Amino acid sequence: MEPVVELKHITHVYVSDREASLALDGLDLRVYPGEFVSLVGPSGCGKTTLLSIIAGLMKPTKGEVLVYGRKVDGPTAEVGYMLQQDYLFPWRTIFENASIGLELTGRLNQEHLARTTALLEEMGLAEARDLYPQQLSGGMRQRVALVRTLTTDPGLLLLDEPFSALDYQTKLQLEDLIAGTLREKNKTAILVTHDLSEAAAVSDRVIVLGSRPGKIRKSFEVPDHIRSARPLLAREQTGFNELFHDIWREMESAADKE
Amino acid sequence: MSALDSRIGASTPALPEDGIQALHAAHLKRKKRQRLQVFSVQMAILLLFFAFWEIAGRLKWIDVLLFSYPSKVFAQIGKDIASGELWGHLGITVGETVVGFLLGTLLGTLIAVLIWWSPFLSKVLDPYMVVFNSMPKVALGPIFIVMFGAGFLSITVTTLSITVIVTTLVVYNSFCEVDANLIKVVRVFGGTRTQVFSKVILPASFPTIISTLKVNVGMAWVGVIVGEFLVAKMGLGYLIIYGFQVFNFTLVLSSLVIIAVVATGMYQLVVYVERKLLTHRR
Repeated sequence: MEPVVELKHITHVYVSDREASLALDGLDLRVYPGEFVSLVGPSGCGKTTLLSIIAGLMKPTKGEVLVYGRKVDGPTAEVGYMLQQDYLFPWRTIFENASIGLELTGRLNQEHLARTTALLEEMGLAEARDLYPQQLSGGMRQRVALVRTLTTDPGLLLLDEPFSALDYQTKLQLEDLIAGTLREKNKTAILVTHDLSEAAAVSDRVIVLGSRPGKIRKSFEVPDHIRSARPLLAREQTGFNELFHDIWREMESAADKE
Repeated sequence: MSALDSRIGASTPALPEDGIQALHAAHLKRKKRQRLQVFSVQMAILLLFFAFWEIAGRLKWIDVLLFSYPSKVFAQIGKDIASGELWGHLGITVGETVVGFLLGTLLGTLIAVLIWWSPFLSKVLDPYMVVFNSMPKVALGPIFIVMFGAGFLSITVTTLSITVIVTTLVVYNSFCEVDANLIKVVRVFGGTRTQVFSKVILPASFPTIISTLKVNVGMAWVGVIVGEFLVAKMGLGYLIIYGFQVFNFTLVLSSLVIIAVVATGMYQLVVYVERKLLTHRR
């Protein structure tokens, strides 16, 4: 099977006036269609850098990124990106916010607008259509951000800690919703998070990165019965705690090495 | 009521609904009374000031030639209105001010766009902007007069010199302060720099641009009046300088009163427009 994302020996150096520092050191990764992969690691392991490189927002200093077999050269609508917060535009209504991707990619037609409406309904946001972001709760706003990402129908989603700014209950609900939606629509996803239990609950594979410079330390396959359960219930499956502790230990030793 | 009742949220609330309503009504009443008090004191100060001025003038406590007094000032205004002489002066001054602050805001914003577009240009222009911003622009008045002639054009240019640079600096600053993550939202969809500007930078800075409009109203009045001092043959600034030269201070003061009224009106109009345009903002 051809991978959706293929990273070939990615190396990235950040250059500033003071110094040049190695952020990623020869990283190889393949993500296959329909897979949900989480990247965890101590701060400074280059998780977000990696995501930006896959999204085409940044060019790696060395190495090659292939998405759907094509070399990445700038952001495209095939790849969706969800940020740490919703970052909805306060001057646009919910519908206008949700459809901005269509506007930017020149697909503001009847068919796509109808799809946007359907997506908003699916996320329980039909009522909010003509409201402004500041009238919505944090959880609702992040759901709008999900709709915004999905309108252009990307095959691959990059999730940059999209749950980190939410309160615990909303976070659990949204994990369920997003993981469920992506699975149902058969999307491929890469999630960056610092929450190990979240990573273990939503993913098919959890990858632990080491820091300074960032590289892959270990990859954990999530057992079938845990990954088939909804994230909220996955946390109660047998073996979940063991998996959590294995990832935890790997993280600890990654942090110790600094 | 037992302790248990209150813990589980018993059915009878400690305060009935109409009791809560009454509290709200009392609060509104208190607010209204306070507003009324403030307003009465404000009016009293104004009336006392004019009354004292009038009495002081009529009883010759102050030099009437220099300070005039309200009934003379308002009679002057009435006479100017009746003879229709006021409208020409008022129209010219208001025209110059409106052109000055609208054009100043527009030009300042355009320059801000230009230097946002080209970081290189922004770096190159930086020291020039600092020098020009630090300069008292009205000092350039004589230069403008020889360049643009003694009239409407040089007064407008004097006004622009005051409004443009400040606008550029403030608006450019607000362009740069737009949250990088909002820009990222556009960039991840493959948005171009033009799209980043039109979809994020400009709408995000819109409140700042509108508020520079408000600042520029005040600035434009300074520019216009100074400009008229220097060259005009028409306008409220001209009336002030003319009144001064012929020692008719009633004319000077009546012009000042008109300027106060019209400038306030113009400012309030901009505040109103701002409120209308920004209803959905934070």
